[in-house]
Amino acid sequence: MADFDQELDASGLNCPLPILRAKKALAGMSAGQVLHIIATDPGAVKDFEAFAKQTGNELMESKEEGGKFVFLMKKN
Amino acid sequence: MSEKKLAIIATKGTLDWGYPPFILASTAAALGYDVEIFFTFYGLQLLKKKINVQVSPLGNPGMPMPMAMDKWFPVLGTAIPGMQSVMTMMMKNKMKSKGVASLEELREVCQEAEVRMIACQMTVDLFDMSPTDFIDGVEFGGAALFFEFAGESDITLFM
Repeated sequence: MADFDQELDASGLNCPLPILRAKKALAGMSAGQVLHIIATDPGAVKDFEAFAKQTGNELMESKEEGGKFVFLMKKN
Repeated sequence: MSEKKLAIIATKGTLDWGYPPFILASTAAALGYDVEIFFTFYGLQLLKKKINVQVSPLGNPGMPMPMAMDKWFPVLGTAIPGMQSVMTMMMKNKMKSKGVASLEELREVCQEAEVRMIACQMTVDLFDMSPTDFIDGVEFGGAALFFEFAGESDITLFM
């Protein structure tokens, strides 16, 4: 199994919900913990890059898997 | 890291134009911005406890309609009574099926993120609205109050 502390399934949700849900999930986690995010909104790819850049959280992984977009984000 | 600031003026009271202020405010808040929205004229509809806004195909040639009606349906037909309600219902269903958040949901996120919402006192008086019509936490003020925040903002948007 992949290494993460919490999972967020944002499948079917459109902009800006995946970002808003991720922000909420990260708020309940502690520094260094990793959030695994699943999304179907293609816009989420660039959005999570931008989110990471602006919030300082680290986007450890961003890939497409079986038509879904999967991200690993480490809380700073 | 000092917080960036975003100031928005929301002037429209339709289903479609209700989205930009709440989408950008909630996203900016998620990115760590300090956000303030000044609601004036028809934008005040977005602060009502129950948001009751519609989208109209009338005078809106860019609005895609079902069965490509925007291409062939007579413009005058868009003024038929009930047309607006039907289009609003269809738009809401479409949004739901595409996973687009409701205005209420985005507004809640804004409230949770402590986005400051100001209702233009002058327009509230002009339209004989009552402060009790609005959601909790709304402040009332004028143009000078907006500039107090906007003057120190990194981004200012008029919608």
